[in-house]
Amino acid sequence: MTPIADRKPMIECRQVQKYYGDYHALRGIDLTIREGEFFSLLGPSGCGKTTLLRTIAGFEEIGSGVVLIDGRDMRGVPANVRPTNMVFQSYAIFPHLTVAENVGFGLRRDPRSAADKARAVEEALEMVGLRGYGRRAAHALSGGQRQRVALARALILKPKVLLLDEPLSALDRKMREQMQVELIKLQRQVGITFVLVTHDQEEALVMSDRIAVMFEGEIAQLDGPEALYARPASRRVADFIGVMNFLPARILGETDQAVTVDAPGFGIVEVPSRNVSRANPGDAEPTVGFRPEAVTLAPVVGRGPERAVDRVTGGVIEEVVYYGDMTYYDVLMDGSARYDGIARPVRVSMRNLFGREVPDVGTRTRVIWSPGSLVLFR
Amino acid sequence: MNGRFQGGGLRAYAILYLLFLYAPILLLPIFAFNAGTIVAFPLKGFTTGWFVQMWDNAALRKALTNSLIIAFSASILSTCLGTFAARASTRFRFPGKGAAIGLIMMPLVMPEIIVSMSLLVVLLAVGIELSILTVILGHTLICMPYAVAIMTTAFSSLDKSLEEAAYDLGETRFSAFRLVILPLVMPGIISAMLMCFTVSLDEFIIAFFLAGNEPTLPTYIFSQLRFPKSIPVIMALGTLLVLASIVLLGIAEYFRRRGIARTGAKDTGGFL
Repeated sequence: MTPIADRKPMIECRQVQKYYGDYHALRGIDLTIREGEFFSLLGPSGCGKTTLLRTIAGFEEIGSGVVLIDGRDMRGVPANVRPTNMVFQSYAIFPHLTVAENVGFGLRRDPRSAADKARAVEEALEMVGLRGYGRRAAHALSGGQRQRVALARALILKPKVLLLDEPLSALDRKMREQMQVELIKLQRQVGITFVLVTHDQEEALVMSDRIAVMFEGEIAQLDGPEALYARPASRRVADFIGVMNFLPARILGETDQAVTVDAPGFGIVEVPSRNVSRANPGDAEPTVGFRPEAVTLAPVVGRGPERAVDRVTGGVIEEVVYYGDMTYYDVLMDGSARYDGIARPVRVSMRNLFGREVPDVGTRTRVIWSPGSLVLFR
Repeated sequence: MNGRFQGGGLRAYAILYLLFLYAPILLLPIFAFNAGTIVAFPLKGFTTGWFVQMWDNAALRKALTNSLIIAFSASILSTCLGTFAARASTRFRFPGKGAAIGLIMMPLVMPEIIVSMSLLVVLLAVGIELSILTVILGHTLICMPYAVAIMTTAFSSLDKSLEEAAYDLGETRFSAFRLVILPLVMPGIISAMLMCFTVSLDEFIIAFFLAGNEPTLPTYIFSQLRFPKSIPVIMALGTLLVLASIVLLGIAEYFRRRGIARTGAKDTGGFL
């Protein structure tokens, strides 16, 4: 398969602005989504992600800017003729129709024969795993089944882009995780560009080729899931995606390869340049961050798992939160109060290996880390 | 939980209350089948003669025809207008919406005598002759609130995305409405029509003021009350009217509930 970066652009947004009265909903969105990409718009409620999706669908008029779909300017092109179809948050299944009538709804104006259309409906139902459900009444379906009908109904028109507005938010956890995997498979199978709106960072990480994180009508970061998680562009993005520890830091020096900082608990560290983000608000002090799983705890006695590049700091376990497969520890690293006398426990997560005992609160421990696991916001 | 202990007094109260409401109506069929001409106990024997006499009465038949024409026209008119108003109020936001809907709902609480009198004054001033038509207009006015209330429930129990989904799938705004919204609110429309029909059928004051020389059922009944010998016939007529009202309202409620069940929404009340 062609790498995403080399494929042709399917959706292009250029300086898209949208106002609701005085409210500035989209503040100059620039975005290129490529053919066959699984793209997510991620952000808290009210960040403009749904507005952007509805703008692409043609349900919202934009104030200024350009939206191109497959190279065609969408100005003045209403939703009913755009090459996009939408899966709504509520699924919007027509309750007075059967499953087959729902799925075949978009084929009403299709010149094909009734038998051909019926076959297309059956194929679409099979694709979403609802073979033989055609004659059922739509209002009698479960949440997961409605979701599938909505997918089949949108995909039967073979759109260039499928838009999904929080499609999994109404499902329970098990069902949601199952549908995530099914959606990925389905997208790979049909090869259509998927644009997903979600407020669930985990969902975005699991499903997407690329993710645009949005705050207050702007894109804060656009990256692949790994880059987004490992090297968030700002403290806000880091805070929104997963858990991250933040510690105040003092910048001591800078070279091409690294920035030298002094951080409580860690001491003097050279943070590699690729882990340094400059998108920190001007007046905020420099901050060092790390993910709970980026450091390791080891018993004080015995040989630790550290490698040559690793560094070791002592600490005390202050809190233990047991999750079954893993445990969160709040650890007070030695010297963490050195700055200003404020004790700052950090959160560390460890997979619970079978047969290994979970240490108690108050246990002294060794914290093993490397400069590469720290990120710096300056 | 502890309903069993509180039940005694409240239950007696509820039963008395219902008796007070409905016992007089129960007297209607009793005297409609009573052989005596005087409406009083003891009963004189069983007869269906009053119903036969009622059917042979040409003036009564005329009043019935008038009432049916009026009720039919007024229910269609007010349901159409009420549907438009309810659609506008549930789907769109515009300045003065609250006031507009409030004014439409006003006849529900305004003294009918005031409405009738002012309508009469206006009609006379404009020079429109009093006829069935003027009653239809008056009834449309007072039926509108019922239609708006029922249709607002019908529209607002619909997911807004349904229309967008149909539009997104290639339909026009109009065909999306026709194919999706209209079938889903159809039970509401039927329910509203039946409700308005019932309201119009037994409406007295407006009919009394605006009908000119044309009798409607309620005004005819009122005019006959002066003649004691025709009272048993009125009882027979009343019995049929009560029966018709119950049937119509029952059907209306059936459709209203079916409409709500169909859209999968939660029932938030209604008139019954």
